[in-house]
Amino acid sequence: MAEHYSSFERKGWRWFVQRITAVFLIGVLAFHFVLLHFVNHAAEISFLGTQARMSQVGYFATMWLFLVTATFHGVNGVYNGLVNIGLEGAQRKVVAAILTIASLLLIVQGTRVAIAMTSLF
Amino acid sequence: MSQSYDRGTVESFGRWREFSAGMWAWIFHKFTGWILAGYLFTHIAVLSTAIGVDPGSQAVIDGADVYTTTLHGLEALLVVRFLEIGLLAVAVFHIMNGIRLLFVDLGLGLEVQDKSFYASLVLTAAITLASIPTFLGGAL
Repeated sequence: MAEHYSSFERKGWRWFVQRITAVFLIGVLAFHFVLLHFVNHAAEISFLGTQARMSQVGYFATMWLFLVTATFHGVNGVYNGLVNIGLEGAQRKVVAAILTIASLLLIVQGTRVAIAMTSLF
Repeated sequence: MSQSYDRGTVESFGRWREFSAGMWAWIFHKFTGWILAGYLFTHIAVLSTAIGVDPGSQAVIDGADVYTTTLHGLEALLVVRFLEIGLLAVAVFHIMNGIRLLFVDLGLGLEVQDKSFYASLVLTAAITLASIPTFLGGAL
C-alpha cells in the first residue's frame, strides 16, 4: 500500500467553507477594487460618498458579508498555512483560539465601522 | 500498483531550485494570502476613523471630517499609491490562482495546471501594469 501524503482532512468543514467563501470573494473583491479605484478614485473618497453607498441595503449587506467571509477565508488560510508547516498539539489549540478571538474582534469592529458609515440604522 | 514517492516535506524551502510550477503556485498563493489577511486588519483600522463622525456636521459637508481627511492624507503620499499597486498585484494573483485552484479541486484541467499558473502570472502582470496610470493619477 503506497503511503499517501496529504494535509487534506476528509471530514473538514473548514475545507468546504474555504472554497465557498473563495467563490464569493473572487467576485466581491474584484468588484470592490473596480468600484473604489476605477469607478470612484480612492483619492476622491469622502464620508458623504461612502455614506451614500453604504446606505443602500444591497451594498451594505454585500460589504458586511465581504467582511465576514474575508475574515474567515483569510484567518482560516493563515491557520492552514501554520498547520502545513507543522503546528500541532497544544500550540495548535492556542493559535486556533487566538485567531478565533482576532477574527471575532475584527468582525465586531468592522460591523461598528459599517454602522457608522450608513444611515440605514 | 501505485508507487510510493518521498517528495520530502512541503516546507523544505531550501530545495527551491527543484520546485515545479505547482510548488511555486502554492508558495505564491500562501504569500499573497498572508499579505491580504494582514491588510484586512489594517484596512478596518483605517476605516475605523468613520466611527464617531457626525453625519450631519458641517465638517462632513466640507469634507473636513476625520475619515475624509485621513483617507485624503494617505492618498496624498506617493508611497501609499505604490503600495496600493502592490496590493492590487497581490489581490489579482490570489484571485487568478484561486480560480485555478477551484478548477484543480474539481479535477478540471489537471494536465495543464502548470500552464494555468503561468497564465495567472501573465494576467496579473497585464492587469497590474494597465492599472498603474489609474492608481498614480493625481499623485505625480
